[in-house]
Amino acid sequence: MAPDESLLAPDEGVPAQAAQAPQGGLRIRRISATPGHSLELGPDGAPAPRTGPEYAKLIDISRCIGCKGCEVACKEWNELGVEPTENFGSMQSHRDLSPDTWLLMRFNEIEIDDDLQWLIKKDACLHCEEPGCLYACPAPGAIVQYENGIVDFNQEQCIGCQLCVSGCPFDIPRFNPESKKVFKCNMCIDRVEAGLEPACVKTCPTNAISWGTKEDMLRLAEKKLEGLAARGFENATLYDPSGVGGTHMMYVVPHGDQLEEYDLPADPTAAPGALATLGSLRQLGASALGLGLLATALHYLGFGPQEPEPEGVQSGTGAGTADGEADGEADPRTDA
Amino acid sequence: MWAGRPRDADPTVLFRHQQRARSDSRICRPTLTLPIISFMTPDISRRDLLKASALAGGATLVNALGFNLKPAYAAAHDLKISNAREFKTVCPYCAVGCGAIAYVHGSGGINTVNSIIHVEGDPDSPINGGTLCPKGAAQMQLAMSPRLQEGPLHREAGASEWTEVTWDWAMEWFARKFKDSRDASFVERDEEGRTVNRCEGIGWVGSATVANEDAYLITKTMRAMGLVYIDHQARI
Repeated sequence: MAPDESLLAPDEGVPAQAAQAPQGGLRIRRISATPGHSLELGPDGAPAPRTGPEYAKLIDISRCIGCKGCEVACKEWNELGVEPTENFGSMQSHRDLSPDTWLLMRFNEIEIDDDLQWLIKKDACLHCEEPGCLYACPAPGAIVQYENGIVDFNQEQCIGCQLCVSGCPFDIPRFNPESKKVFKCNMCIDRVEAGLEPACVKTCPTNAISWGTKEDMLRLAEKKLEGLAARGFENATLYDPSGVGGTHMMYVVPHGDQLEEYDLPADPTAAPGALATLGSLRQLGASALGLGLLATALHYLGFGPQEPEPEGVQSGTGAGTADGEADGEADPRTDA
Repeated sequence: MWAGRPRDADPTVLFRHQQRARSDSRICRPTLTLPIISFMTPDISRRDLLKASALAGGATLVNALGFNLKPAYAAAHDLKISNAREFKTVCPYCAVGCGAIAYVHGSGGINTVNSIIHVEGDPDSPINGGTLCPKGAAQMQLAMSPRLQEGPLHREAGASEWTEVTWDWAMEWFARKFKDSRDASFVERDEEGRTVNRCEGIGWVGSATVANEDAYLITKTMRAMGLVYIDHQARI
């Protein structure tokens, strides 16, 4: 079988390095628990249209040989701690993600048509366009979505409540009980900002991970799907779930009818939750405060300051008590 | 509230005052930083209430009127290799010979101990195009691991433990064994009487971690010793 040219040379799909150099940091799209007032919003309240590239990773599972080079590159670049591996009857290195393992290759073995199929999934943050973790986060600024699509956790702002863990439809963030912070893949945001690709993308020896703008990755995925269909994978599909607005790590899944066997949720969803009303509540509170101040000013102008009564009882009880106490405190000093 | 209280008064007074401060939360209360306490104490003065209200109102105003937090979050991320020197190198582990770049901190001056901070694939290499396998991706550990073995180890035949030995001892030991094996297995002539001068009892395995020149010297020396079986560590 002749290999598909387009699969072997995805150069067309990979764009030139970031055309626009970021100036003074990346532009932010969403910030957790700060709806509205610190971001430039579009007319309908949604984040403003993008001004720069939107990046995406494309994982072609059919090309992955399971070498776990991406796992090692992730640990090396992000300087994550070593965790002992164990053999539990699989090629998988660790049983689960952890605060120090942001990327885990999951290996599931199933039989399809009496044939053993080795389903590999690169388990890491998918960087949703509609991030459930960010919507669930109550700590202002602890989770930030940048304009390029990367969802990053800011551990300095994290309060360790773990609402992001339950808010994530993919079960990605992991809580570190020692530091009381939550960690996950940040798509090597430092590299991306400098115009480099994430470490896992760069190291992949079989070209299974591609990096570029989301548009280019979608085009590349189409080519890959055509190639897979030609090789007899009729169910091959692109995993870019619309329930979370699409993701910035997409999969080309050869057995698209077996998503659950890949541990890929068929219909993940995320939407702005109860915290979305925070913005309007804040505006309500601000208006009430403003009106109160205005009313006070009007009252002062209308009725003038409140004069103490000449032989008032109030002044005796109010200021007099405080004076008496001050005197009482001073008394022991004179005694001693 | 503290105004007028002589801080340097009689020590006994200070002591009594401190005692009092412990029992009376109103006195030790830092009014401006913890206004909420004002509301928890029953005998709240009007001034406290005003202070607390002003503080809360101010905070709410700052918050509500759009205090922009954006610049703080848009701060640039540091790229840890941005100020490192780059050295092109070749992955030592297998025979593929992937190109890699080592990023090094340190000027290279004679007083400096340089340290490799990161190694990743060399995009200019026609062999790997910037990629590295898991072993290659971790090759920094070959130079920087604290568990790196820096001297020779020796395990006596039948022993279960390795012991650290000196290079001098190791070279003596090796030369003795090499000579003995070579003397015992040297073949000057084959069955048909042709001169072959080969040493059949020793095999030599080179290393992917040695340089070209090392490999050349190894081959020359071992061939001179009559060795036939010379191989590369990555092939076995």
